[in-house]
Amino acid sequence: MSDYLDGNAAAGALSELFAVDLTAAIAQCNGCGQTTVFAESRLYVDAPGMIARCAGCDTVLLRVVTTPTNTYLDLRGLTYLRIPNS
Amino acid sequence: MGIVSPGFTGRRGGGTDLPPGQYLTHEFPVLSAGPTPHILTDHWEFTVTTETGEKYKWDWAALTALPAEEITKDIHCVTRWSKLQTTWKGVSLDTLLADVETGADFAMAHSYGGYTTNVPLEDLLDGQSWIAYEYDGEPLHPEHGGPARLLVPHLYFWKSAKWVRGLVLSDTEDLGFWETAGYHEYGDPWKEQRYAGD
Amino acid sequence: MERTAIRRRLTWQVATVADVRRETETARTIVLDVPDWPGHLAGQHLDVRLTADDGYRASRSYSIASAWDDSHGSTIELTVEQVPDGEVSPYLVEVLKVGDPLEIRGPVGGWFVWKPEQEGPVQLIGGGSGVVPMRAMLRAHAVAGTTPARLLYSVRRPESVIYVSDLKELAASDDVDVRLVYTREAPAGEPRVGRIDAELIEQYAFKPEDGATTYVCGPTPFVETVADLLVAAGHDPARVRTERFGPTGGPR
Repeated sequence: MSDYLDGNAAAGALSELFAVDLTAAIAQCNGCGQTTVFAESRLYVDAPGMIARCAGCDTVLLRVVTTPTNTYLDLRGLTYLRIPNS
Repeated sequence: MGIVSPGFTGRRGGGTDLPPGQYLTHEFPVLSAGPTPHILTDHWEFTVTTETGEKYKWDWAALTALPAEEITKDIHCVTRWSKLQTTWKGVSLDTLLADVETGADFAMAHSYGGYTTNVPLEDLLDGQSWIAYEYDGEPLHPEHGGPARLLVPHLYFWKSAKWVRGLVLSDTEDLGFWETAGYHEYGDPWKEQRYAGD
Repeated sequence: MERTAIRRRLTWQVATVADVRRETETARTIVLDVPDWPGHLAGQHLDVRLTADDGYRASRSYSIASAWDDSHGSTIELTVEQVPDGEVSPYLVEVLKVGDPLEIRGPVGGWFVWKPEQEGPVQLIGGGSGVVPMRAMLRAHAVAGTTPARLLYSVRRPESVIYVSDLKELAASDDVDVRLVYTREAPAGEPRVGRIDAELIEQYAFKPEDGATTYVCGPTPFVETVADLLVAAGHDPARVRTERFGPTGGPR
C-alpha cells in the first residue's frame, strides 16, 4: 500500500507561509545528502501534521502543523533550499 | 472565519459519550507519518533504559511469555475520530516495569522508524498502559503498529506509539515527535489538550 | 502579462460554482467563478476546504483542468474523481451544486507545470484522473504550443475516459498524439488490455534523445511504476516530472 503523496501536495500549505513556491526549490537532505527538487519528496498527510520525507533515505525533511493560533514549521531535515531569484 | 459548505457533513458520526470535539468512527483509520516498518518478531526487541543508563531487554519470546491481559478501551485520535470499545491483548507496563529500578518521572517512547512520544511515567503505571500485540483477536497488523505498540488509551492516541521498541526514562521531560511540533505535551482528550498551550 | 509571477502569500478565498459537467459515472467537472483569479500555469493545482455547520473541516488538493488566458476571465475548472468511501470527493461529485460557495486556496505548485516557452517536446503520461492537469497542459499547448506533444492515458475501461470529446479534438491536431491504454477492458478493435509497460513506452513515448520533458501523474503506484520504466529506458530522471495523488486524506 502506498500511503504517501509527494511534495507537490505541500504547495498549498507552504504558500500560506512563503511568498515563493518552495515545491520547485532544490532541497538537500540533511540525512543522506541527496539533492532533489522538493516536489519529489514523499509527503505524508494522513497524520496530525504534514510530513515530507527524503525519497532516498526517509529522513524527515519538513513538518508543518497548523493549530488554531499558530503554524509550526520544522525544517531541520533540510540542509538548504535553493530557490531561483527570478 | 470561512464559510459553511452547504450539505457537507463529512465521513463521521456523532456521539454523546465522546470527549469534546471528537467524532465517532466504526472504522480504524490508519494514520502514518512515514513508511510502515515491517519488523519480524524474530528481530523484535523492547528495551527500557533508566535514568542511570541501565538497560532491561525483552525479546518476542520473553514478552509473550509474560502474563497478558485482555483490554477493552475507547481510543481518541487528535485528528478528531474516536473509536469505542476496542479490544486488545498485551502486557501491562506494571508487569514490564516491576523489576526496573528507577526514580524517573518521565518516559520517552521510541519506535522502529524513529517516532518518539513523551508520557509521564505515572501515566504508564497502575493499569493505564500496555505493550499490545493483538487487536480484535488477531496479531497486531503492521499498519496499526504491529508487531507491538504502546497502548495508553486515556491520552490522545498519538501517545500510543506504533512499532514501539523501547522506553527511555528520565528525570526531565523531553518532547517527542508531535510534541515538538505544536501538539500538547500531555494530551488529555477530556480536557481537549490538542495543542501546546491548550 | 505574467500575472502568475506576482509573489504573494496565499490564503483561502470563496469561489462560486458556475456550472457542473458530468464526465463519467464517477467524475465531474466543476466550473468555478473566482473573483480576482490571478491566472495559473498549466499543471497547477489548488486546495479545496469543506466546513460542516459545526465547524468540522476537511481539505484536499485538486488539479486545475482548464488552461488560463485572459478570455476566460475569472473562471476555472476542476475535475474530481469520486474516491470510494472518500470524504471530500463524494461531496464534490454528488452534492455540490451550481450557485454553491466553495472555499479554495490556489493556484499553487511550481514544479508540475508546463509553460509554452519551455523547449523540447512534451510527453504526458496519465493514469486515471491523473489526466486532469494534462488536459490543462494540452489546452495551453493548443493555444500557444510550438513543439510536439504526446499523451499516454491509462484508464480501466472505455467508460472511464474523461474529456472524451476534448481528447478527440486534440488528437486531430497534427502536433498532438493521443494514445489510450486500457487496463481492464478495451473497446472493440483494440486488442491490447494491460498496464503501461516497457514495450509501450518504447513504442509510443518520445525517445530519450528527443529531449522531451515527461510529466507523469496518477495514483502513487502508477507514478512509481512509470517513472521507473522511463529511467530504465534511458530517460534522464531530471526531465521526468511526477505528481502523485491518492485516496489519502489531508491535514484535517
